[in-house]
Amino acid sequence: MFDLAGKTALVTGATGGIGGEIAKVLAQAGAKVALSGTRAERLEAVAAEIGENAVVVPANLADTESVDGLIKAAEEALGGQLDILVNNAGITRDQLAMRLKDEDWQAVLDVNLTSAFKLARNSLRGMMKRRHGRVINITSIVGVTGNPGQANYAAAKAGMIGWSKSMAQEVAARGITINCVAPGFITTAMTEELGDAQKEKLLAGIPAGRMGDSKEIAAAVLFLASDEASYVTGQTLHVNGGMAMI
Amino acid sequence: MSDVADRVKKIVVEHLGVEEDKVTENASFIDDLGADSLDTVELVMAFEEEFGCEIPDDAAEKILTVKDAIDFIEKANS
Repeated sequence: MFDLAGKTALVTGATGGIGGEIAKVLAQAGAKVALSGTRAERLEAVAAEIGENAVVVPANLADTESVDGLIKAAEEALGGQLDILVNNAGITRDQLAMRLKDEDWQAVLDVNLTSAFKLARNSLRGMMKRRHGRVINITSIVGVTGNPGQANYAAAKAGMIGWSKSMAQEVAARGITINCVAPGFITTAMTEELGDAQKEKLLAGIPAGRMGDSKEIAAAVLFLASDEASYVTGQTLHVNGGMAMI
Repeated sequence: MSDVADRVKKIVVEHLGVEEDKVTENASFIDDLGADSLDTVELVMAFEEEFGCEIPDDAAEKILTVKDAIDFIEKANS
């Protein structure tokens, strides 16, 4: 099950906790994985952990030229056309809506929504020719439920679900699937910073009684990337310990 | 018939799975040959590959018939 031997993949935001884990799991399943992110040194470290199945393609998704050239750069580094795109990179600029600055709205939409769409669009050409492709977008529970202080982030993540469904319908007959994975609260460097009181309150809302592990997100991505998931498209797979059942 | 026309028609036949005699110069990809909008995008990609030329989006939108494709490619390659 879930054998990705001979496949190529690009994971954006591969320096983060979730992105790094996704890259590792895809490589373990046999895929050759291109790791993208802004921090070149950290990328090299993740690549070294993975071994020979990893290549590094640094890119800043806030930069238009970097976004437009990324699929080509990844395919060159991988030595072949892209089979699996995982749009995992994302930024936050949290603020109450009333105080949210235009530039913080725009920055989050540019990176989390627009760059992800462009990367998917730019990878479709090769996938259409080969009648096979997988696009997996890491959205968020917040894109479906909303969250105070995250109007920009929620909008971008909801938008991602919207374009995924449209694109999925366009290319379904060509053997290409487009899906989203929506994590709930996952243990990462970011959530580690929460205080005990905050954590307690948070856990009260999660039936599983614990935060998720990035491995549990990577497993969902692996399934959607596999040939076994060929009839699943336009869906959002929620991985949240039961925190929201949608 | 020109060499370009032959090659264009061959691509259309292969790609849309239609009978060769239906692929006349005036045949419209969508109205006469049963293509959907994504098929037309793929046809343009196939033409680009076959003839080693680039067909910009605004030109691609105007390629509606077999003749449109032949004319564009002959002009681009001349």
